[in-house]
Amino acid sequence: MTVTNAAPIVTRRHGLPEAWTLKSYLDNGGYTSLRRALAMPPEQITQEVLTSNLLGRGGAGFEAGRKWGMLRKAQPVYLVVNGDESEPATFKDHMLLENDPHQLIEGVVICAYAIGAAQAFIYVRGEFALAQERLQAALNEAYQHGAVGEDVFGSGFTVDVVVHPGAGAYICGEETALIESLEGKRGFPRIKPPYFPAAIGLYGAPTVVNNVETLSNLPWIVENGGAAFAALGQGRSTGTRIFSLSGHVNRPGNYEVEMAKTTFRDLIEHYGGGVRNGRQVKAFIPGGASSYWFGPESLDMALDQDVVGKAGSMLGSGAITVMDDQTCMVRAAWRITKFFNRESCGQCTPCREGSGWVEKVMRRIEEGAGREEDLDLLVDVLDNIAPGLSWPPQQTTICVLGPSIPSAIMSGLRMFRDEFLVHIKEGACPYG
Amino acid sequence: MRLNAENVQRARDLIAIYPRPRSALIPILHIAQEQDGWLTEDAMEHVAELLGLTSAEVYGTASFYDMLFTEPVGRHLVSICTNIACLLNGGYELLEHAEETLGVKPGGTTPDGEFTLEEVECIADCGRAPCLAVNWRFFGNVTNDDFDTLLGDLRSGALRETVPPHGTLNRVRRDLTAWAGGVPAAQAARQQVEAKWAAAPPPVSSPAPATPPTPPPPPGQAPAIKDDRGERQPASQPASEQAADQAATVEDKGDTAK
Ligand SMILES: Cc1cc2nc3c(=O)[nH]c(=O)nc-3n(C[C@H](O)[C@H](O)[C@H](O)COP(=O)(O)O)c2cc1C
Ligand code: SF4
Ligand code: FES
Repeated sequence: MTVTNAAPIVTRRHGLPEAWTLKSYLDNGGYTSLRRALAMPPEQITQEVLTSNLLGRGGAGFEAGRKWGMLRKAQPVYLVVNGDESEPATFKDHMLLENDPHQLIEGVVICAYAIGAAQAFIYVRGEFALAQERLQAALNEAYQHGAVGEDVFGSGFTVDVVVHPGAGAYICGEETALIESLEGKRGFPRIKPPYFPAAIGLYGAPTVVNNVETLSNLPWIVENGGAAFAALGQGRSTGTRIFSLSGHVNRPGNYEVEMAKTTFRDLIEHYGGGVRNGRQVKAFIPGGASSYWFGPESLDMALDQDVVGKAGSMLGSGAITVMDDQTCMVRAAWRITKFFNRESCGQCTPCREGSGWVEKVMRRIEEGAGREEDLDLLVDVLDNIAPGLSWPPQQTTICVLGPSIPSAIMSGLRMFRDEFLVHIKEGACPYG
Repeated sequence: MRLNAENVQRARDLIAIYPRPRSALIPILHIAQEQDGWLTEDAMEHVAELLGLTSAEVYGTASFYDMLFTEPVGRHLVSICTNIACLLNGGYELLEHAEETLGVKPGGTTPDGEFTLEEVECIADCGRAPCLAVNWRFFGNVTNDDFDTLLGDLRSGALRETVPPHGTLNRVRRDLTAWAGGVPAAQAARQQVEAKWAAAPPPVSSPAPATPPTPPPPPGQAPAIKDDRGERQPASQPASEQAADQAATVEDKGDTAK
């Protein structure tokens, strides 16, 4: 991990020898926050998290403390941890699970105590074999240590934590699809309302769904107080956050930096070592495949959820992909479109049919067999999926996978229309 | 093949962990796939019996997920990512090289049953693009030469420890002694906690959110639901927990992009 102006929080133990073992965790201050938390009334923990203004790190950026406060007052309550990370170019939870599983477990038990959950399920993307092994091994150790299970550290609080494997489906990262999957069914998103997890979640019970990175922040927040977290960053974007940097940079990787005080340029040039082979940034994707792209003129924008939102895109899953001046934008947009087409669960017509259509048209253009009318056709079909093609998108589908489909193609069309036309007119790609 | 005695026991242990047996379905299917390398009809039928489901329900769920195979696969499932970060770093060139070397297209298996090749979506190792996984063990920054070496090592068995046969996912079992008395004790504890809750409301009393704005109604028509790709049922909702009316007032903009 690279040093940031603010010391890292969730990745602070990465790189220590065997950081994933209980011994290493305890040697480095592990599970002291949990002891402290169990001596506090549960409401006080929620209050600290509200003060910290910790925003969800899974993609939607909703305040964690507020989410906990919205639980329908009924029992039982469940905690579900979203470790399904599959948004293209996002690879931070994968790293957190493999390198510091105890930190997540500590965060999970703190959260379960705060919301009064007796059982928590950590849904780990099926493909993450090593992460599942490390997490299960850590959990076994945590039980033996008394940090999970019956009467945690003699406090009278009891919680069972389960590592649950997924089986390969992007859509299961969507929280209601994840719940369906956890119930042993196909991962079909549920209609909201009424199926907001806080009201009707797992087995119909009120449920908190939080991302792995979100919960991994809790031990630090309990240790240092919500105000210390809120002192980092600016506005609503508090604390530090992991950004997954990929694409044409010299040093791709995960970098935990202070939010709002760091810019895209800092991340790409300082941390990422700049664009490879001395080339220039042609465009970059600021928040995962679902987000609208930015050009080099936006490099000095702050990594601030609201600033990026106002500029017409999102920080989303914290995945930044850099494309250099030799990149074929038609091909890049096509590949992202192919992804959505493949991962659409098929419940909603505009998403299922629309994604198939635009993928075919994009492929045709990319292969040099496109027609000029295809550009209008693309816009027309996309407008049917997310009417108005605005940001944030209008939603006519059950979940936001559908409305995310236009981002890549519309970015390409708005920023690089010429390149589409060259493909069409010359029947070939200018970049070979 | 039906599950062997040891795997039946593992399945029973899993069922005991969850509040509802069906939640154990996917974990048990992974066990079946570990046993045979893929999901045979006999295994799915057996899993259905263990969970009190129909074979159709088991198959219907299994077929939704990319990692679960209802057809035979090679001993080594080679999954090459071509999504955006890998595309920018030669993912397609690597895939092409793999096709030529193995002599199969994505989805195909080599005649000796050693390798099945797949083109996959992002596998969350994009910092090391182009990357691939073999039986879900990850390899990053893979050059063509690396790929050839890897195939050799897989063939010779040099990587047997790091890359177990296809279907073997998590080799670390839940420690059943962690709860005094094993899993049944875990259940007992859960029931004890649930009983306590039934008596007194749970300690959730953080400040109520200021009356939240209801999310904007979808413009135009209601969500178009098409069910030709399988059963879509309203989420199961036990009678004791029916609260749709209250739910409608709860705002959780969880996923509304902002
Ligand atoms: C199509 C789709 C895929 C998603 N994938 C993930 C994911 O892989 N991991 C994740 O944490 N959240 C994902 N989300 C967001 C979750 O629905 C949910 O907002 C999040 O898990 C809540 O946790 P947080 O508030 O801590 O971020 C996805 C949402 C959608 C619509
Ligand atoms: S928008 Fe797409 S992925 Fe989401 S529920 Fe509808 S069809 Fe499924
Ligand atoms: S894009 Fe290939 S691993 Fe993420």
